[in-house]
Amino acid sequence: MLHYLEQAMSDAPKQRAPELEFANVSRRSFLTIAATGFAVAAFTTQAGAFARYKTGGDFMPHGIRYDPKIFVSIDADGTVTIVAHRAEMGTGSRTSLPMVLADEMGADWSRVNIVQAEGDEPKYGNQDTDGSRSMRHHIQSMRQMGASVRHMLVQAAAKKWGVDAGSVTVGVHEISSGGRKAGFGDLAADAMALDVPAFEDLTFLTEDQFRYIGKGNISITDLHDITTGKAVYGADVSLPGMKFAAIARPPAVGSKPIRYDATATFKVPGVEKVLGLQISNFPAKFAPLGGIAVIASNTDAAIKGRDALEIEWAEGPHSGYNSKAFTEEMRATAKKPGAVLRAEGDAKAAFDGAAKVFARDYSQAHMAHAMMEPPVAVANVANGKAEIWAPVQSPFGTRGDLAGALNMPIEDVTVNVTLLGGGFGRKSKCDFAIEAAQLSQRIGAPVKVQWTREDDIRHSFYHTTSVERIEVALDADNKVTGWRHNSVAPSILSTFAPDSGHQFFIESGMGHIDMPFDIPNISVENGAAMAHTRIGWFRSVSNIPRAWAVQSFVAELASEMGRDHKDLLMEMIGPDRLLDPPKQGFPENFWDYGEVYDEYPIDTARLKNVLAIAADKAGWGRDLPAGEGLGLAVHRSFVTYVATAARVKIIDGKITVPEMHMAVDCGFAANPERIRSQMEGAAVMGMTTAMHSGITYENGAVTQSNFHDYPMIRSDNYPQKVHTHVVPHGFEVHAAGVGEPGVPPVPPAIANAVFAATGKRLRDLPFGDTV
Amino acid sequence: MATVRINGQSRTIDGPDDTTLLWAIRDMAGLTGTKYGCGAGLCGACTVHVDGKAVRSCLSTVGEVAGKDVTTIEGLSADGNHPVQVAWREYNVPQCGFCQAGQIMQAAAILQEKPDLTDDEILEGMSGNICRCGCYERIVAAVRHVSTGS
Ligand code: FES
Ligand code: FES
Repeated sequence: MLHYLEQAMSDAPKQRAPELEFANVSRRSFLTIAATGFAVAAFTTQAGAFARYKTGGDFMPHGIRYDPKIFVSIDADGTVTIVAHRAEMGTGSRTSLPMVLADEMGADWSRVNIVQAEGDEPKYGNQDTDGSRSMRHHIQSMRQMGASVRHMLVQAAAKKWGVDAGSVTVGVHEISSGGRKAGFGDLAADAMALDVPAFEDLTFLTEDQFRYIGKGNISITDLHDITTGKAVYGADVSLPGMKFAAIARPPAVGSKPIRYDATATFKVPGVEKVLGLQISNFPAKFAPLGGIAVIASNTDAAIKGRDALEIEWAEGPHSGYNSKAFTEEMRATAKKPGAVLRAEGDAKAAFDGAAKVFARDYSQAHMAHAMMEPPVAVANVANGKAEIWAPVQSPFGTRGDLAGALNMPIEDVTVNVTLLGGGFGRKSKCDFAIEAAQLSQRIGAPVKVQWTREDDIRHSFYHTTSVERIEVALDADNKVTGWRHNSVAPSILSTFAPDSGHQFFIESGMGHIDMPFDIPNISVENGAAMAHTRIGWFRSVSNIPRAWAVQSFVAELASEMGRDHKDLLMEMIGPDRLLDPPKQGFPENFWDYGEVYDEYPIDTARLKNVLAIAADKAGWGRDLPAGEGLGLAVHRSFVTYVATAARVKIIDGKITVPEMHMAVDCGFAANPERIRSQMEGAAVMGMTTAMHSGITYENGAVTQSNFHDYPMIRSDNYPQKVHTHVVPHGFEVHAAGVGEPGVPPVPPAIANAVFAATGKRLRDLPFGDTV
Repeated sequence: MATVRINGQSRTIDGPDDTTLLWAIRDMAGLTGTKYGCGAGLCGACTVHVDGKAVRSCLSTVGEVAGKDVTTIEGLSADGNHPVQVAWREYNVPQCGFCQAGQIMQAAAILQEKPDLTDDEILEGMSGNICRCGCYERIVAAVRHVSTGS
């Protein structure tokens, strides 16, 4: 995400040019290959086993590394150690990527150790763990490195035994030739001393040879440690002489303390120091908000001391922010024409000549991520060096920001990545690590900064708030001839640079411009809305409000027309085809999740397929008892296709969800077990988003503070049975990620089901848990 | 200054009696398996056992548990193979894992109290524990498995 913000902030068109150029080149070469019927067989000695393809990983900062000597080591006892270079926040990437490598090299998973990489992108390649990119961008390099090590082991065995490499076979964790046999450990030193083979010299496993890839038969590597309390998260790091800090941050961004009284604070046993911190206002990227820090000998004292501070805050630049009024302003803006981002056909003529116009608007409140582990970091800045331990999604980005904040060369900053107790985009922003490092630098001792839940909910980088207005033009036969979708929401860009209130290209690429319906006249528009709090990305980002609007709207339209929702949705998606962005009025800078479009085109057949699966499995069309209803929604995000069919049951006015079907097409499914867990989790987070996640503001301050007023779905009312249907594909259908795509279709599917059950239409997120 | 028995070991807590049990366990006893999630009894991440009963350590003080037996996730079983822990692994429950020590301690306590829980009792008994990653279906399945064998 950050990478694109940096692009957007600088001279955007110039920055993006290489990518666009590449897109065109690739389109041509793709067509050539398709026309002549070749797979990219020249790259592999086993046709079809592994045809390399281009991903957006190459355009990410520091790209992708293919050197097994960086990622793999083998001990003499045969223990294989594999580096996990992406952050683990619950998706399973710390397991799934090494699993791919291990399978391809022939390793026995029970003899594999995983070590977490420190933040070092020049060494490991891109480590920015967001955008559902880990599997999408790194499955190929993992396979290649695994095949490389296998090849090197074979060469080492052949040399040692004086036999032809062709006679050497690789079993599980062992190598043999004729009657000779050796374990990986026996050959490790010789093998790892060899040069790394070129891709063209490698052989790859065929899919029927996979033992782990695509099987879902291994557990996450941290499972035992998690269930025994040994797993290490941010707050679990302890250093000798470490001090503990809690910080009172401004209620509204940018407000300054006029005066404060720390008398009560110093009465708390264990409190040692009270320090003022510089106040910042956005745009300031990830600069800490500032405030007043309490330093103590333990966390309890730091928090109690902080809570005992009496602070009078001045009015700040955003003290006038009242979110309720702001939503109404956005609603008014959405009714006016916005800046046109996509123009296909002649929308104006379609609306002018319409027999009928149908319009609705949908809103969403801000959201805080509320990952179970609030922000926390440990820092030790001493002797001109800084070392940080923190649950961060982008360790190298954090390292750069720390170097800047501490005024140190990046070489003198080390960032160690702990497990993340949830991330959801919040831990892409390293303000909490900067706080710890700056405090450590100031007091000359190691410091742990612990955010309380209240801090987390009141001082986040919030999911934006929005109003989405959709209008369609209908002709006399009730055919949709025109589509206008005006999206109004403060942009993430506002956190990074002075902005115009308009969305930037990646936000517009998430379910807005890329609307897949087969409608002749389309106008995709964006009205301005200025940010009054720090806006950041939240799992699934703009896809949440866009899917909410589009998928609710089609259901409303169906009911208006007296048509079956699924039939109308299928009809609007239209015939099987790949959308052709230039022909369909997409702008030049259309963002397909950073991918080369032709490698991951918008495929309506795949979209309809997941919709059909979810609907069929849920028994769409069947009669349900009174008070129950089925609802559907489908959305492509992060180049993965997900459809949700939700069944709701209203019990004494309370919305319950006894069953949900999630149909997911993420291309080749590398680890179906973790794909299922992500879909189950998305069902829950989608339900929380639908019913509960509303951050509101009064006079610039967040109204909510903890789980009593910012509630989460719990076991007393959760999607009780989530059936995940993974569309099977061979490796040739590029693997994509599943961390984010599961969430967007869930809220509209639930709302559509509530409508089916009760006739009540919900248009504003969150809509509560009662009807 | 209170003496608290944690996982069978007596520990003197270097702090006042109103020191929050959670932070005494984490910062002073150095047992970090017990997590902070809300500090207000709303999430269950900090769940420990006091004399065998599930307690939110963020709402307890060391003074209140003086002379009592506190068990944390580290002490739930000597070998880490309490039936609840085993079931958690069998069902691949965790995603990020952060809530899971609290979930496991809560599950172990309610199962201890009543080994054959009905589904409603499981849902009710676990409803104080939030999992933001959304592992509820597997949590419930794992508890049901320990409870009924199915
Ligand atoms: S931390 Fe104790 S209940 Fe949340
Ligand atoms: S597994 Fe992440 S909060 Fe429960």
